[in-house]
Amino acid sequence: MAILRNKLRRSVAARFAWLAGFLALAACLGYGQAVNSCLDCHSAQDGRLQVTPEKFSQDIHAQKGLACTSCHGGDSSSYDPDQAMSRKAGWKGKVDRKQIPQLCGFCHSNPALMRTYDPSLRTDQLDQYHTSIHGKRLAAGDTKVAVCIDCHSVHDIRPPSDPRSTVNPVNVAKTCSRCHSDAAYMKSYGIPTDQFAKYSTSVHHDALAVRGDLSAPTCTTCHGNHGAVPPGVDKVQNVCANCHVFQAQMYDKSSHFKAFQDKGLPGCVVCHSNHGIHHPSDAMLGTGPAGVCMRCHAPGDHCDRARVAILGNLTELNQSIDSADQSLRLAESAGMEVSEARLSQDQARDALTKARVTIHSFQIALVDQDIQAGMKIAAANLKAGKNAMVERNHRRIGLGICLISIAIMLVGLWLYIRNLES
Amino acid sequence: MFAALIRWLDERLDLDGLIAPFRHKTVPTHRLSYWYFFGGITLFLFIIQVLTGILLLLYYRPGANEAFESVQYIMTRVQFGWLIRSIHSWSANLMIFTAFVHMFSVLFLKAYRKPRELTWVTGMILLLLVMGFGFSGYLLPWNKLAFFATTVGTQMAGQVPFIGQPLMIFLRGGPQVTGATLTRFFGFHVAVLPLIAVVLIAIHLFLVQRQGMSVPPKTEAAWTANPALRREMKFFPNFLLRELMAWYVAIGALGALAALFPWNLAVKADPFASAPAGIKPEWYFLFMYQTLKLIPSKVWIVDGEVLGILGCGLAGLFWLLLPFFESDKAGRTRAWITGISIFALVYMIGMSVYGYIAK
Repeated sequence: MAILRNKLRRSVAARFAWLAGFLALAACLGYGQAVNSCLDCHSAQDGRLQVTPEKFSQDIHAQKGLACTSCHGGDSSSYDPDQAMSRKAGWKGKVDRKQIPQLCGFCHSNPALMRTYDPSLRTDQLDQYHTSIHGKRLAAGDTKVAVCIDCHSVHDIRPPSDPRSTVNPVNVAKTCSRCHSDAAYMKSYGIPTDQFAKYSTSVHHDALAVRGDLSAPTCTTCHGNHGAVPPGVDKVQNVCANCHVFQAQMYDKSSHFKAFQDKGLPGCVVCHSNHGIHHPSDAMLGTGPAGVCMRCHAPGDHCDRARVAILGNLTELNQSIDSADQSLRLAESAGMEVSEARLSQDQARDALTKARVTIHSFQIALVDQDIQAGMKIAAANLKAGKNAMVERNHRRIGLGICLISIAIMLVGLWLYIRNLES
Repeated sequence: MFAALIRWLDERLDLDGLIAPFRHKTVPTHRLSYWYFFGGITLFLFIIQVLTGILLLLYYRPGANEAFESVQYIMTRVQFGWLIRSIHSWSANLMIFTAFVHMFSVLFLKAYRKPRELTWVTGMILLLLVMGFGFSGYLLPWNKLAFFATTVGTQMAGQVPFIGQPLMIFLRGGPQVTGATLTRFFGFHVAVLPLIAVVLIAIHLFLVQRQGMSVPPKTEAAWTANPALRREMKFFPNFLLRELMAWYVAIGALGALAALFPWNLAVKADPFASAPAGIKPEWYFLFMYQTLKLIPSKVWIVDGEVLGILGCGLAGLFWLLLPFFESDKAGRTRAWITGISIFALVYMIGMSVYGYIAK
């Protein structure tokens, strides 16, 4: 009996040891997993109330350790709805649209706080927003205008550097177009809704979305982001000048600058348009459908004569470069070494590009300087190509003479051997 | 005048005595005698390589920042520089071709058998050296294609078990193909390889002179049975004059290739650029390259590339020692070796063509 009792005692002790171990393991595994009753309930909700842990885990704020209560208040440690969404616990519920900029700005306008997360992040977004059309209209009570979450999304806010972010440079135009291309939504504002359609056909969209050049402009580059406003007629060239520096410098000194100002015309936009800017071509100086000069100037006037001269010079340089290219290609296909001249063709092309930039000065003499520099290089390269073909012909003549000499020598040797062996 | 000069030299050097052995030397004449010329043509092309190489050295500057520009200078500014460089490049390719033809002709005419085993071994080493000349010289213009071909080629050397990595570092002069690789390839190309080649050519020629030209076994047997059928010609001047004719044809072909298809220079190497699509080695490495490409990445537990490199190495070693597998008695061994030789020739041509057309 005693033996049996001892065995039972050991068995009970072993079971307790098992249970204690299991509990200790469970406690260890559960340690650090904070309770979040908000997500547990809202992941089971439908529609706009649904926020899943997967979605929220993508949010930069969640990744930095912020929780639902950081914005909405309440007690996420309680599963009792009354306690979790208690006003005493600071629960705010759904944040009013008018309050959203203020709520985001509470942290994002605090340099000391933001420095602890990302010292390079700006803290003037809210101030800028107040100066924007969106901010002003919101202050005036228009809740249709964009607030932070309309552009940055909500509960899955990603940093702009993330390609999936709605404010990544590649996605900005589409984000803006969600409102600005919606004719019904924008009806009350009386502004066009074709900006995105036009931008999608532009050289800037091509550079950004097709060629992946993140420095190419999108909506916010010209309009600003948090402080978004139309650039204003008299400031357009300042916006374009951020990238097109030389063109702007020349334009500022040109006769057009004052003339456009006097007439209240929007600088660059007059010739290049705004959202649908296409790749400029020499045809803009022509009289065809792409021509822009004759929209204002009269045929035969001083400016028209200048236009004809500049267009003629550009065409001539273009043709000279093409001729030199053809000549060099021909020489190259004949196996001639013309790589130096081929390289030098880039200089001629650079001169053509420079001349096209100098057009913004609207001075024939200045444009002609660049044209002549390019013409000189193209002419030298054309000559190099032709010389190479002359050299090729010399080589073939030389080869012919050598082969004839060799044939004569072979015949002579053969006769000599025959004579020797006979 | 010329006769007086010869007499003057003869009085001092005994020219007659010098060329006497050549006067007595004879070359067997039979229906396959023309294959004998390929060794001489290969030697002639080697001499052209040495002469044009020396001329190129006058202007060529090894170094990543100067090599391409110096070759460009040779091609465009130096009088007849284009001709010298084109002849050097075309002659290199023709020399490798004639060396292969010479090797297979020796194989099919059974010229490697006893007592000419050493002639075969020196010849095979010379063939490998010639390919080494091709590989090292290909990089010297420092153009894009050469840069990546060298990267791939040295990478393959790195797959050799045990010594692969140190060998690759040694060849490249570091972990990557850089200007250091170019400098060292230049050293191999103009100093190390020529020195070894000249010594081996001397031994090879000495052995040929010492042992005379081999006669194919069937012809030999026919001549032994009926000595009246034996035909020979004097080496000097009869054979040499015929060889001279072959050399004239070779120089005519070289001139035509250089003038009609000048060797191009392409684009300067850029180590940061991506490798051009469909990059392939020179034609003489194509059969090996294609073989390595066809081997799966893993064969059982062995890495496919390692297996390929080992296979090529063993095949090369077997080829080098081929005469030692031949028994003295004619019969089955010879037939077996002939079978392997035909297979090797068909395989090399087939794989090269496949490698050329494959994407």
